[in-house]
This record gives sequence, structure tokens and C-alpha cells, in this order.
Amino acid sequence: MPEILKRAKPLAVNPLKASQPIGAALAFLGLRRTIPMLHGSQGCTAFGKVFLVRHFREPIPLQTTAMDQVSSIMSADENVIEGLRVLCEKSRPEIIGLPTTGLSETEGCDVPRLVREFRHRHPEFASTAVVPVNTPDYSGCLESGFALAVEAIIDTLLPAGPGPAPAASRSRQVNVLASSMLTPGDIEAIKEWIEAFGLQPVVLPDLGDSLDGHLIDQDSTPLTLGGTPKAAIAALSGAAATVVIGRSLHKAADLLRARSGVPDCRFDHLLGLDACDAFTLALSEVSGQPVPPAIERQRAQLQDAMVDTHFMTGFLRIGIAADPDLLLALGQFLAGVGGEIVAAVASTRAEVLADLPAACVRIGDLEDLEHAARAQRAQLIVANSHAAPSAQRLQVPLLRAGFPQYDWVGGYARAWVGYRGARQALFDIANLVLGNHHDLPVYRSIYRVGDVDTLARAPSGAGLVRQ
Amino acid sequence: MKTAEIAELLNEPACAHNRNEKSGCARTKPGATAGGCSFDGAQIALLPIADVAHIVHGPIGCAGASWDNRGARSSGPALYRIGMTTDLTEQDVIMGRGEKRLFLAIKQAIDDYAPKAVFLYSTCVPALIGDDIEAVARAASARWGVPVLPVDCAGFYGTKNLGNRIAGEAMFKYVIGTREPAPVAASAHRPGIRVHDVNLIGEYNIAGEFWHVAPLFDELGLRILCTLSGDARFHEVQTMHRAQASMVVCAKALLNVARKLESDFGVPFFEGSFYGISDTSQAFRDFARLLGDDDLAARTEAMIAREERSVRAALEPWQARLAGKRVLLYTGGVKSWSVVSALQDLGMTVVATGTNKSTEEDKARIREIMGEATKMITDGSPQALLQAYRDHQADILIAGGRNLYTALKARIPFLDINQEREFGYAGYGGMLELVRQVALTLESPVWQKVRAPAPWHATPPAGDALAVAGAPDA
Repeated sequence: MPEILKRAKPLAVNPLKASQPIGAALAFLGLRRTIPMLHGSQGCTAFGKVFLVRHFREPIPLQTTAMDQVSSIMSADENVIEGLRVLCEKSRPEIIGLPTTGLSETEGCDVPRLVREFRHRHPEFASTAVVPVNTPDYSGCLESGFALAVEAIIDTLLPAGPGPAPAASRSRQVNVLASSMLTPGDIEAIKEWIEAFGLQPVVLPDLGDSLDGHLIDQDSTPLTLGGTPKAAIAALSGAAATVVIGRSLHKAADLLRARSGVPDCRFDHLLGLDACDAFTLALSEVSGQPVPPAIERQRAQLQDAMVDTHFMTGFLRIGIAADPDLLLALGQFLAGVGGEIVAAVASTRAEVLADLPAACVRIGDLEDLEHAARAQRAQLIVANSHAAPSAQRLQVPLLRAGFPQYDWVGGYARAWVGYRGARQALFDIANLVLGNHHDLPVYRSIYRVGDVDTLARAPSGAGLVRQ
Repeated sequence: MKTAEIAELLNEPACAHNRNEKSGCARTKPGATAGGCSFDGAQIALLPIADVAHIVHGPIGCAGASWDNRGARSSGPALYRIGMTTDLTEQDVIMGRGEKRLFLAIKQAIDDYAPKAVFLYSTCVPALIGDDIEAVARAASARWGVPVLPVDCAGFYGTKNLGNRIAGEAMFKYVIGTREPAPVAASAHRPGIRVHDVNLIGEYNIAGEFWHVAPLFDELGLRILCTLSGDARFHEVQTMHRAQASMVVCAKALLNVARKLESDFGVPFFEGSFYGISDTSQAFRDFARLLGDDDLAARTEAMIAREERSVRAALEPWQARLAGKRVLLYTGGVKSWSVVSALQDLGMTVVATGTNKSTEEDKARIREIMGEATKMITDGSPQALLQAYRDHQADILIAGGRNLYTALKARIPFLDINQEREFGYAGYGGMLELVRQVALTLESPVWQKVRAPAPWHATPPAGDALAVAGAPDA
């Protein structure tokens, strides 16, 4: 079990962390015909929007209650009611997500009460669901904000009481609770995986359907252009099983299980052979079907790639910085192919860090990662785009993972999970290592004569055209 | 910050918005607001000062999503690209430990990064719990011997525009006028060329674009004492009061600095732009005029003639390809007309322009350049923009990054002209980059491919599609 080093500096330098409200907004972006509205000043939303737009290269629906000087002090309750009314009137969303921010939490706002008040004053908008969630940005990180929002979504949109029990026993439906570490590409891969067993996945939240980056027939929409439908959330109780991916979602999973009565199986992540095997086995048990030959083949391909690349991944000294779920996933995956996690930084504390295969984990920032990676002579950095200057200073390659990835196209589409995802990740890591290979310094014997300038002369000597 | 102080900043007398009955900076509407807050504006205005440690005092939401996301380039120190924040915790907020954390954070920044100065940006949460960053700045400055100055820019004070002014105000209050400029280096003296000191205000060196223009300043003997704030250094900001003339480059953002430099130190200023051939030339002429140096004026004209000739020759092959193409321009303030002139230099037609952030003066200028019939757009929502694009049969949308994916989702050629862009368009040299980028998107073969329906959805032209495809001479 690694030693957990607490934040030791008053100043965070090159922050790794993104805020809870952004994480919550992201979770809501995985619901169909939805728009999140942050209860805070307009900047909270503007920053979040730019952050998500640059990562996904997509238009991002995100609004604000636009708290100003007077409302921040005298009460911004009316801003919430008014904002909800304006959104309902303008675009008739199915769902409005309402995360709070540091500002509204410091003001002391009670958002659930405001939603009740909105319901009372505007019964005409009853068809739009409103999901409030407390996500101050002075605690947690993107991952925890996302998890809080998933819990709030279940709490608000899944009616209490038993589901359609008789049908449930024969149901082919499998619920998937998906943590923020999963990319839209991951979600697509997970859906295919489940479908391969003749099961029907319902993913919450389904970023694979909303932020996968696809052109649509209409020119624009003020709401999400895909995601989990409201009706599907209400029908989670009809599933045969729930799979939970990411330990950050355990509280949400507890709520879902209690409310729906659907049994669940929980996975910390789906990276690497062991994790993929556990998931495949679970799907086989739930479906009562043998593992399809295509998946057997993919597994064999991954094994082949593990053998091919172990020369590059073995003893590889790796520094990783990420939110806790992703940190554990990457750490176990890379340690599983012989890598050594010599520097690990998490954005916040989480129970999951105790399982990281490393000597210590620092709760900190990218400066901490850079210092630790330098001290430990790391050969590869795995972190978000902000780590690019650090990697450059360390003269080691960077594998981009997590949020945000703004200097890299298609990070959102990458599938890390599954046998094929793991295989591609191994290829990419191996290539990064090969591309950064340091040759031994040339030694020239004192007795050797004659060939000193051969290389320098070769171009003209070989008859090549001279400029 | 007191309400009265905010009101005073909003009432910028040099801003033409305020000559009307309505204030230029209107209140925001919950559920229907776009754009950044005052903290955002203040940070944007000052962050390019390269040798300063910029500390954001607040919870992670403010700096976490915004650090190192602008395209301003530095020719030297890169300290400004290091993200620094006190990352306040719940305990800090509840127990009131923010000030103490900030004080120690300043020490850490000074110890580790030896900045020439430290700027403290206040945000909503510390403003609400009453952290006194002015007192912390004073104490830290006295204790560690490095200038530490507060920028009181809580997001809820208002818009990004207000934040720009708060930033300008802070520079004027704490920095400008605290140092005399160094004499011109002996090696930089050239016979027959008298050196004049000038300021550029509101130029951010996005993607390094000012480097297209900077050599021409050197050539003419115009020493840029300070650019606020592209590629600037702290000591340069300190000396701005000694300039002989200032140019306000971007919109109304830092107009208050120019106005106060004029009223307090007698530095005259003009508003101009480096986008487009004619505007770039005009900017140099305006400097020569304000400086009242006949020899400079003559050398300026010679330089302009030479540069215009050379850039026009280089643009010629492009012009044939772009002539007559129709542009829908949606951007703020001064860019609404300055970019128009650049596009007209390329032979393109601007069919409509956004005037949401423009002043009456800007609009008058647009009418002057584009004619009375010009369509001005005030609604910047994606739907309205796309409607305008269709109504005016435009070929390309030129706008800020916020609208980038609006355009791309609608399968429309797009050029980004805001702060996050990767390419520099300023000056004569920037025109060549601009024309390349415009042509690149306009002429891209992808548009046709993404607009056409999949072959199995296309209605066959006549008869049986298979039969037609199979016919040998069809």
C-alpha cells in the first residue's frame, strides 16, 4: 500500500485538478436533450465551457445563473428561478442539471428548495426535470463532481419502489454506471462488449452517445445531441444487472442498487488483461452465454501485443498524474506489463489510491509530478495536456490521458478499455519509448584509423544531388 | 470593491458607449448569458506580462480551467505560463484561512521562481468571505522585498470588459510611473534616426503576431517602452508614463489606461489596428502625426510604400482565388471594423458584421468602410448566426473560437480570430498568413464531402441507380 503524501504547499503550481462543477456539468452532458446550468458567476460557466469545448472539439451547451455583486450578497435565489424559467421557455429541455459552485455554496444557497419553489411557481414546465447537486469547487475534483451528479441524477430521476420485477428476471438489459475516467470512445467499446453477449446496455451517463463527435442533420441544437434518455433512467430498475466502472461511483451505485433492487458487480477499471477478463467473465455469467469467439480472438491479440511490447514496457519508469480512478487504472495496467510507477500524483484524496502499485502517491499538482519524475528519472509521463511543458523540460515523452487534452486531436475518441484498447495503448507506449531511445555514446578506439569522416562525406560521395 | 468604484469603472468617459442614455455594460441575464467574468477579463489583460508570478486567489474553479489557455507569446521569460493558485479548500473558506494561505503562497512563488513582481487576482469566494488581498499584498511586499500588487477582480463584479478595466486601473494605481526608462542602448543608436518612445495598449502578441510588426517599429526609430501586455516585462509597465504617444490597439478594453496616461502625464493616444494593410499603414502614420517629427513622417511614408508594394505583390495570386467571396464576420468591438479592412484588402466582400460589443463610433466606422446598407448583427446565438449566414449567402464565417464548433457542426468554412488562435494575422506579414488560412478553409475539399448525403440516401437522378451505374456509357 503506497504512502499517501498530503498537500504540503500553500500554492498550487501548474494545477492538475479541474473543478467539481465542471465534472458535474460533464455528467449532465451525457444525458439526452439536456443542458447544465451552473449556479455561480458567469465566469464559472465560461471557463467550464472553454475547458470542455477545447477537449471535445464540440459545441457544449452550458448556462449560468449569472450571479452579480448584488445578488451574491443579497441572495441569488431569484437568479436560479429565472434561469430555469428562461431555459425551459427557450429550448424545452428534457433535463436541466443544476450544479452549484464555490460562490453559491459560500453564499449558502439551498438549491433543492429552489427547485421546489420553481416547481410551485411554474407548473407549466413540469415536463422538464431539474436535477440539483451540491458541487463546491473548494473540495473534490472533476471526478468527484461527476460522481455527485450521477448520484443526484439517480436520486431525482429514478422513482423509488420496486421496478417491473416479473420481467426483470428475463431482462437482457444491463445498466452501466460509467465514471468520468471513461472517454466517449471507451463507452462505445463497452457497449459493443456488452452487446456481444446478446445483452442491451443502458449507460449512465452516456457520453459515448453525446460527445463522441458526430455531425448531425440539423445545423445546431441548444441542448445535448445524444446521451441517456430520461425515460431510460426511469427504467433502470428493469435491468438484469448493473455494472459499475470506477470506485468514485460507489455511492451512486449504492443508491441505484437500493432504489432499483438490481444486483450489481463493480470494477475499478477496464484497463489491461486482468480487468478485461473479469468484465468478460461477468458478462458471460449475466448473459448465461459462452464468451464469443471474436472476443477470444481479441484477447489472444492483446496477449501477443503484451509479448511483443514487453521489451519496451518492462522496467519502464513511469510518472502519472490524474484523478484517482484513472490513476489507479493506468497504474495497475502499466505495472501489469512490467512498468514501474516511480512518480504518482492524484488531484484529490480517495480511498482507491490505497491500491495503487507505487511506493507513494502525492496529493498535488503537475509541479509535484515534474519534481518527482526528475528525482526518480522517469522515462514516460502519463498526464493531461498541461503536462506537455513538464515532459519537454524532462525530455521524456508524454502519453496524454485525462482532462483536458487541448493540444491533441481525438483524445476523447480513444478507447483505452477492452482487449483492443489495451493493445493499442501498448503499441502507443512502446512507440513513444522507441522514439525516445537513447543510444550509447559512440566510442572510437584509439587504434582505429581512416573512417572518421565517412558519414559526413557520404551524401556527396554517394552521388546524391548537391544543393 | 465598492459598488461606487465599479460604477466609476463602468462609466469610462473615453468610451463612446457611455455617451448614450444606456450604459454600455448591461446587466447579465440568468439562463441566457455568454462570456467571461471580471476575473477572466483582468487575467487576460495582464497574464502576458511574462516575468511576473500571477497568483489566482480562489478555489480551483477559477484557475484550474483557465491557466495557460491563451495564445500570448513571450520572447524571453515563460514564468507567465506557470499556473499558480491558492486552490482554497473548504477549511480555508470556513475557518477564514485564505489570507494566511495567500501570504505563504506569495513566499513560495518568490522562493521558487524569483519573479520580478507578484500579481494577486482575487476571485468570488475570497471576495465574499472578505479576504483583504490589498493588506496581504502590502504585508508580503514589505516582508519579501518584491513588488506584490492586488487586482481586485471578483468574477461577480461583472463582465470580462469590466475586468479589463479593473486590470488597467490596477496597473495605473500600482505600477505605471514607478520607474524611469533606461537610456537607449548605444548599440541601438543609428545616425540620422531620432528615437521616440511609444506605448502599445491592448496588444497581446497572440501567436506571436506582433513580431510581424515589431521590426518596422525598430526601423523607424520607435522604441516601444511597453506593450500592455503582449510580451511585456514588469519594468516596462513601470515606465509607460514616459512615452511620447500611445496607441490603443484592441477595442475599448484598456482605454482607461490610455486616457489616464493622457490626463495625468500628457501622453497623447490614438486608436488603431494592425489588421489589414491600410490599417497597419494608418497606425504608423498616426504615430508620426502624434510625434510631430517630419523626418519620421517621411521615413514612415517610404517604409509604407515599400511594405505595401511587397505585400500586395505577394497577395496577388491569392486575391484572384478569394475575390468576391462573401464573409460573415462576427466579433467584438474594434475588430468589427479593423478586420473588415483586412478582408477588403483581399478583395473579399463582408456581407454582415457583428456589432454586439461595438460602440456607436465603431458602427459609424463600419458604415464608412462598408457602406450604409451594411447589415449589423446583434444576436450572437448560434441559431441567429447560422440564419444570417444563409440569409446573406456567405461563403465563410469569421468569428471567435466560441463559434468555431457552431460553424463546423453546420458544415461551414470558418476562421478563428480570437485569443486562442494559433496563427498571427497582424501587420503586413500577417496578411499572408490570414489569406492562407482563409483560402485553406474556403477551398477545402472536405465541405462538399460532408454536405453530400451518403450514396444510399441520395435520390437517384433517374431510373434505377444500379442500372445507371452499370450502364457502360452512362
